[in-house]
Amino acid sequence: MSGPSRYDVADRAPRTLIDFMLRWETILIGLLIAVVIGNTIISPYFLDIYNLSDATFNFSEKAIIALGMTLLILVRDIDLSVAAIIALASLAMGLAADAGAGTGLLIPIGLGVGAICGAFNGLLVARIGLPSIVVTIGTMSLFRGLAQVILGDQAITKYPAAFQTLGQGYLIKWPPIPYSFALFLVLAAIFTFVLHKTAFGRKLFAMGNNPIAAQFSGIPVNRIRFWLFVLTGLLAGVAAILLTARIGSTRPNIALGWELEVITAVILGGVSIAGGAGTIPGVVLAVFILGLATFGLSLVNVPGIVISVLLGLLLIVSIAMPIVVRRLLKGKPVV
Amino acid sequence: MVDEPILRLDHVTKQFPGVRALHDVHMALYPGQVTALLGENGAGKSTIVKILTGIYRPDAGAIHIGGKLQSFSSPRDAWRSGVSAIHQETVMFDDLTVAENIFMGHMPLRSGKRIDWQLMNARAAELLKSVDADFGSEVLLKRLGVAQKHLVEIARALSHDSRIVIMDEPTSALSAREISDLFLIIAQLKAEGRAILFISHKFDEIFRVADRWVCLRDGEHVGEGLIKDVEPRGLVKLMVGRPIDQVFPKKKIEIGEPVLEVVGLSNPTEFADVSFTLHKGEILGFYGLVGAGRSETMQALFGVSKATAGVVKLNGKTLAISSTADAIVSGIAYVPEDRQVQGTVLPFGIRENTTLASLHQHTDKGILSRVSEQKITRKLGGRLSVKAAHWEQRLNELSGGNQQKVVIAKWLATSPKILILDEPTKGIDVGSKAAVHEFMGELASEGLAVILISSELPEIMGMADRIMVMHEGRIVKNFTRAEATAEAIVTAATGGGHHAAA
Repeated sequence: MSGPSRYDVADRAPRTLIDFMLRWETILIGLLIAVVIGNTIISPYFLDIYNLSDATFNFSEKAIIALGMTLLILVRDIDLSVAAIIALASLAMGLAADAGAGTGLLIPIGLGVGAICGAFNGLLVARIGLPSIVVTIGTMSLFRGLAQVILGDQAITKYPAAFQTLGQGYLIKWPPIPYSFALFLVLAAIFTFVLHKTAFGRKLFAMGNNPIAAQFSGIPVNRIRFWLFVLTGLLAGVAAILLTARIGSTRPNIALGWELEVITAVILGGVSIAGGAGTIPGVVLAVFILGLATFGLSLVNVPGIVISVLLGLLLIVSIAMPIVVRRLLKGKPVV
Repeated sequence: MVDEPILRLDHVTKQFPGVRALHDVHMALYPGQVTALLGENGAGKSTIVKILTGIYRPDAGAIHIGGKLQSFSSPRDAWRSGVSAIHQETVMFDDLTVAENIFMGHMPLRSGKRIDWQLMNARAAELLKSVDADFGSEVLLKRLGVAQKHLVEIARALSHDSRIVIMDEPTSALSAREISDLFLIIAQLKAEGRAILFISHKFDEIFRVADRWVCLRDGEHVGEGLIKDVEPRGLVKLMVGRPIDQVFPKKKIEIGEPVLEVVGLSNPTEFADVSFTLHKGEILGFYGLVGAGRSETMQALFGVSKATAGVVKLNGKTLAISSTADAIVSGIAYVPEDRQVQGTVLPFGIRENTTLASLHQHTDKGILSRVSEQKITRKLGGRLSVKAAHWEQRLNELSGGNQQKVVIAKWLATSPKILILDEPTKGIDVGSKAAVHEFMGELASEGLAVILISSELPEIMGMADRIMVMHEGRIVKNFTRAEATAEAIVTAATGGGHHAAA
């Protein structure tokens, strides 16, 4: 039996056009094109390079957090406290700025608070073994509450000009690319490489699909989960720096509700909420779709509340559609 | 005693893909009598239970209850006909009350489909009284201990007013005192004229409680009679008796120097003072009943759990293993018993499963090389004759036997020195089983040291060079291949040898 196998086994399955068409990324690209065309029709100002560049300010910070959230959801965890981490990190930077700290000190403070908050979540989840959804609902109130108690109903607005440039300035003048957007693109490229090309990425997929078998295969499941929380906290710290610098102030309600917008992007990007499936390019496309759709609608003065209704519908329809199409192809009843 | 059976199975056959679970089996249960169902693991006992409780339908054969032909298409049909079962692992609802558990599926109703709580609680209280329970009917189930939960199961069986009660290893989780209490209840059920089918591996219990016995082997009926006419020795022979030596491809292999030495390995709850030496080229068998602590011992060796005492030496060097990663680096590989949960990532393809425990071998400057992964997958998948359409095929599309081959391939890819196989042929088809056996011998002849945990006597006697028998967390006996007999192994595993040796 140690001779050649009794069976002929091909290296891979034959690829079919239907499989490619039904790939989530293909669908997202279609959706993105639809959003661009739709926006171009409803507003003559949409396809303006400066307007588009402006639009990226509004989603780059959330998009950066979405990268970390993607990895967490992939391994069956979640972090609902990311927006509250922004509040706490922004507060810490505000207090430091009040005390006269310069940009060189504010950046490590923002990053450090983010990472510490993430480590706190990670300890409770990976060390003590509490469910991440429960832990981060708790720390969401805890972190935000701390920020509110300390800040009261005031705002801190004394940030150095050099610091504010981080959130408002451009890395390249033409085409105009803001620092935040450039940072997102670089991080997205790194995340894509790590998740889809390295052994570490493969381990994350294994953990998401079967954490027990992953542990039995020598993967340090809980250690990795801990570090993913630290990473996501750190990215929330990055977002806190960019956002605080962009609006030049810290308020108690800063980034309120962002955690859901981040998770919306991750889910629309095709990451399974049950873990184990998803891609970074998918999430990047989803970020663009949501960001540009929001931007286009606001150009024609659709109120924010209506935009959120439309985005909710977009999420549900686009997630239901491939399932419905697959059932139709297999001749199964849709409902 | 009455001699007209209340339940009769005639010519019952049940086939699963690749496995013949039951073949032309007959059996009778008598009112007011306890019948013990005997057989090795895999002999077909649980298939019988599942047929009697309406979970499986037989492919052929008839069930008569009280002289009437029955055909169960659901568990509900089975209770209605008066059959209920108390299972090995209790299947109940922790967050509901005792009364709700007892009457789940047949709660007394008032008009408008509303539950009649008063009547239900009152009837539950009566049933609990009849089994001498010391807790009320409105207590939440999760507040109860294992033995108390068993009483709830028994009360549930009585709530159907079942004439036939099946007890599938009812004592496996009970203490000696609780077992005595259970036997009092059994005596009472007998006095009420109910027929009891009693399944147990423990001969002392069978001889205490049963009136009759029926023995199965490989899905076939091999004997029956009255308990007073037999001795344990005779029953064991009947359970295991078949010429097994010829079937197994045991190779003559030179046993080399010691590779792994384990001294006094202990853990507070699962196993104690486990010591053994494993040699190069050797297949060391571990036999025992379910729950004897074999898997737990091996999982401690593999770094899944921690041993609290003991020394493990590999090639003379003391090992400190605190994670599975440590174990893999040391050259230990473990093919777990629960293939679907512990062994495979089912949505992954064959290639991704094969390389999962040895990914670092396939990276170049941190980048995974698909070419390198494909190479090892082709090599090992081919060597194990994995049957698949292509190497990217997902594991959940493969048969159990082929899944197991992929798990073994995953561990061979780590180039281990020690391979631990935990029930490697459990639940896989005959062809794959033979392939696994043959491969095991081949690996040993290449100098690998193999530990084989198996609950199947023929397998362990056919493949192992030496056999360690565990009972209640300890190694109670060890046999060389030459001195091992089925009777002696089973006696030791059921606790008999333990007392004899003490």
